[in-house]
Amino acid sequence: MAFAANAPSVAKGRSLWGDARIRYLRNRAAVLASCVLVLLIAFVLIGPVFAQYSIEEIDWGIMGQAAELGKPTLANGHFFGADDLGRDLYARTLQGTTTSLMVGLIGASVALVVGTAYGAIAGYVGGRTDNIMMRIVDILMAIPSTLVIILLMVIFERSLIMIFIGLGLTGWLTMSRVVRGQTLSLMQREFVEAARASGVSDVMIIWRHILPNLLGVVIVYASILVPEMILAESFISFLGLGVQEPNTSLGALIAEGAGTMAYGTLWQLMIPLSFFMLTILCMFFIGDGLRDALDPKDR
Amino acid sequence: MFRFILNRLIYAVPTMLVMIVACFVLMHVAPGGPFTSERPLPPQVLANIEARYGLDQPYWKQLWDYIANIVLRFDFGPSFQYKDRDVNDVIAQGFPITLTYGVLSFIAATTIGISLGLLAALRQNTLADYLAVGFSFVAQVLPNFVMGPILILIFTLHLGWLPGGGWYGGQWQYLIMPVIALSTSYMASIARITRSSMLEVLNSNFIRTAKAKGLPTHRIVVQHALKPAMLPVVSYLSPVFVYVITGSVFVDIYFSTGGLGQAYVNSALNRDYSVLLGTTILYGGLTIFFNLVTDLLYAWLDPKIRY
Amino acid sequence: MAVLDISQLDVRFDTPDGQIHAVRGVNLTIEAGECLGVVGESGSGKSQSFLAAMGLLARNGTAKGSVKLDGQEILNLPIGQLNALRGQSMTMIFQDPLTALTPHLRIGEQMAEVLSVHAGINGRAARSRSLEWLDKVRMPDAARRLGQFPHELSGGQRQRVMIAMAMLMQPRLLIADEPTTALDVTVQAEILDLMADLQRSENTAIALITHDMGVVARMCDRIEVMRHGSYVESGKADDIFYHPQHTYTRTLLDAMPRLDTPVAPPSRQTTPPIMTAKGIKVHFPIRLPGGLFGRRGVVRAVDGVDLEIRAGETLGLVGESGCGKSTLARALLQLIPTTAGQVTWMGKTLTNRRAAELKSCRQDLQIVFQDPVASLDPRMTIAASIAEPLLTHEPDLSPDARRGKVRDMLERVGLDHAMQNRYPHELSGGQNQRVGIARAMITRPKMIVCDEAVSALDVSVQAQILELLKDLRREFDMSMIFISHDLSVVREVADRIMVLYLGRPVEIAPRDQIFDHAQHPYTQSLISAVPVPDPRAERSRTRLKLPGELPSVMTQGSQLRFLPSRAEQLEYEPALQEVSPGHWVAEHDPIDTILAPEQIR
Repeated sequence: MAFAANAPSVAKGRSLWGDARIRYLRNRAAVLASCVLVLLIAFVLIGPVFAQYSIEEIDWGIMGQAAELGKPTLANGHFFGADDLGRDLYARTLQGTTTSLMVGLIGASVALVVGTAYGAIAGYVGGRTDNIMMRIVDILMAIPSTLVIILLMVIFERSLIMIFIGLGLTGWLTMSRVVRGQTLSLMQREFVEAARASGVSDVMIIWRHILPNLLGVVIVYASILVPEMILAESFISFLGLGVQEPNTSLGALIAEGAGTMAYGTLWQLMIPLSFFMLTILCMFFIGDGLRDALDPKDR
Repeated sequence: MFRFILNRLIYAVPTMLVMIVACFVLMHVAPGGPFTSERPLPPQVLANIEARYGLDQPYWKQLWDYIANIVLRFDFGPSFQYKDRDVNDVIAQGFPITLTYGVLSFIAATTIGISLGLLAALRQNTLADYLAVGFSFVAQVLPNFVMGPILILIFTLHLGWLPGGGWYGGQWQYLIMPVIALSTSYMASIARITRSSMLEVLNSNFIRTAKAKGLPTHRIVVQHALKPAMLPVVSYLSPVFVYVITGSVFVDIYFSTGGLGQAYVNSALNRDYSVLLGTTILYGGLTIFFNLVTDLLYAWLDPKIRY
Repeated sequence: MAVLDISQLDVRFDTPDGQIHAVRGVNLTIEAGECLGVVGESGSGKSQSFLAAMGLLARNGTAKGSVKLDGQEILNLPIGQLNALRGQSMTMIFQDPLTALTPHLRIGEQMAEVLSVHAGINGRAARSRSLEWLDKVRMPDAARRLGQFPHELSGGQRQRVMIAMAMLMQPRLLIADEPTTALDVTVQAEILDLMADLQRSENTAIALITHDMGVVARMCDRIEVMRHGSYVESGKADDIFYHPQHTYTRTLLDAMPRLDTPVAPPSRQTTPPIMTAKGIKVHFPIRLPGGLFGRRGVVRAVDGVDLEIRAGETLGLVGESGCGKSTLARALLQLIPTTAGQVTWMGKTLTNRRAAELKSCRQDLQIVFQDPVASLDPRMTIAASIAEPLLTHEPDLSPDARRGKVRDMLERVGLDHAMQNRYPHELSGGQNQRVGIARAMITRPKMIVCDEAVSALDVSVQAQILELLKDLRREFDMSMIFISHDLSVVREVADRIMVLYLGRPVEIAPRDQIFDHAQHPYTQSLISAVPVPDPRAERSRTRLKLPGELPSVMTQGSQLRFLPSRAEQLEYEPALQEVSPGHWVAEHDPIDTILAPEQIR
């Protein structure tokens, strides 16, 4: 049982968002993770300027002798070394990180928009519609999502777009369930009833009262979705079913590196792996910080 | 309870049907059939093959036959790729392997994960808690396809303790790394969920009542807190089971264990639609089955759920 | 020697916003067989001092000072030694019986483990001991309860279980933290009687923590009044009530609405009705266990209510939880669909209209809710919340004019307009309720519904809000439907009162008629259950106790509880009969027939 304290009166209004920001900034791990992520994004955006090679250029002098000549060095311009084909790992890692970040952000956005709309409508309309809509979600959830994406990649063309579609198709399900549950509980809240009692239309209620109050939960779940999307894409790329050569992603690079680690070219694994883990770790810490900040119940 | 099971089973049937139909439709709208290869077959040969696999029938007939065969004979039809093998043969070969290390991983993830979570919650803000939380945070960013290479690097290439792959009837040396690789990140998630839910339960009113009754701490934890704290964990078990089973796709490729995942990826790469469809449906069926088990567990944990 | 002796007790909590000094050097003693009342408003620290004594403080709390139980120091004892005392020599029961029992353990298991831990009694012996105590707390159908889960019991039954469980080891001290606050008034009366009996028969010392002066007057021998973490006044019950020394005690006593003081005469009653309702029914479909997909059932939340409200009149709606009073109000405002019946507002039919057609009427019909925080959008400033009805009903208003109106209304409800950019979580409960009232009043409605509008507030705040509502009613000359479970509050504001029982009116009459000449047994039992903040009056009052529990609306024939002579005619509906002008009473059997033992089911 929490002890109810009389809050000291503050002169200026402090919104829940303001409170959340203060709580977030107090969470050192989350702040650090945000900074690292910003640096990472900056690096990924600016880094290609310094690349000495493109992603597909083959350095014939190194090809076949990667273990001896392809080590990471400043001397020959392969800052992160080269892969077995003699391609520049610096350029490829940057591109792989970009791909992963994009997949995470776009995939999560698709899931967020679709899931929020679907869940909010189901929750607000209620009754039979709600029942049918949620049963559909139940059915879709019974199909393992990685398999759906693999299926899509096999049947249709392998492309980044298809990955987005696949991830979006499977990612929104949980989101819609969460949003529906929240909407239902918001509908029970008296301020929604107060709005209805003063004649505010349904559309305005959703827009002015439901959505702003959903936002906190939605952001929290989206921040959890981002690393999940990155993981899923990497997994599929790892299997060789994802992005097509010469384009690459972190999953594909890890797979390549793992395949050659027995031959003394450890950097081919460790460099993409560190980028991957750094990204995911940042995302998790940020998600955790957001949850603590926006969802006081969870603490 | 019997009625509840029956109810859930009745809901499972349309789910299963929808899944089969959806997969079937997907396969048939796909550009290019299983027999379109770089070297086009003579039309006569192609027609013969299609007739053999029933591909010349109207779609609805194919769909009907397919469902009927599955439901009546549990027969997923012949493989499009291997002339002398049925989908059932492929499954029979790979599935036991997948199930073996899948179940072991599942058990490892749940038992260790829950224990760690409980330890952290009961020793909140002590070294044990920080270690457990720290481990679970790091382990979460070690999905199976990252864990695999790291394990091989350490135990096979560096230390030389364990063989780098193979199955050999599931001897323990061949099981260790697949199981660790598959279970680590889920173990971490389960530990985190257990910890936070246990902490929440320990703050609830009925725990205060139990303390006011003068019950010893171990009794409060075991008798009063454990069951409600397991509710969120249980609802996460069904996704974990699915992840572990589908994770076999990775394990088979990486550790050459020869499970169902191998067949799945091969069929995906070879457009062997019947195998692909069959394994997808099998995976889906397992998911539905496990959802049912979770529901039952839920009803056991929470007496308010009695349908 | 005193059973409990607390001296110089200090409790502090570490929070992210700094340290909170919740209890500041408190001293008290309780003798065997004595009932000490600790009274205070929310946040006064009255529970925390006893939680500290029991070793139940939240993790971030620390306690200093001394607490002696039978002369033995118990504050901050190691948990093992404390456990030998908790549940054995001192026990505690809590406010919310719904969450205070472990949901997945049967009642019998929860009771037996106390015996097992403290006395080594197990198995059949434990069962019979538990059963004995369930009988002592007058639990109906006690043997069956042992095998039930908490959620299968009603709130009152759960609190009985809590008391039985606390009494199992015949403790020296029972700490009761707001034991009846979550219960209906008739149930509260029974629980209080039960505790008083136990205090006498077992010679148990009771510490009763409550905000309700009426409860204190009924139960306590001595009283400590607590405010901001310290005791401002202590003494014998009669001294505190009849000769309060401290101004705070006096404020508390004055603020408490009571049934035995004169109130202003009701307003005029000759104006034409502005709202009439005929045969209102609200039924909810629900799914019951049974059958493969569950059976369909119907909850008759409101089952045939006629009423009319005249201009400028206040109608009080009274009843216990589940009687349908809130549902009825929402049906009148067309916030939920009615199953049958017709609502007419100033000559226009409201029922079965589309939302757009109702919009123009909504301006005149407003509502104020119970929970002041939940009824305001947490992401809107209070000014935005108040302005929202204006956006709908006067969209042409310029932003400046709108701001001006909001500012005026803020000042009218007694809030500084400098607060307008605050958010609900930054205001106190009373301030938020003023915002809720301002929002309802901004369109100058002709009628407002107050749904338990003061029930969640502390008594001193409650009195201020009631005053505000009365002022506004006079000033805007509006009608009001005032819903409350608290008869003494309703008496302060209502001109006429309707008593609801399981979705049906059992008595409708002018206010004084209800309180002075209640006809229906249910009304009589309600009135007699309300505690009066006057110890002498409480000791001499006789109470009308109805046997058995409140039946559920789902039970067939529940409407015939007061008409046992027709118990065979399950579909029979008791009719309202006019006994004197304006005083209607539902058909019922004489009180003796109802109280006859064979009627107890």
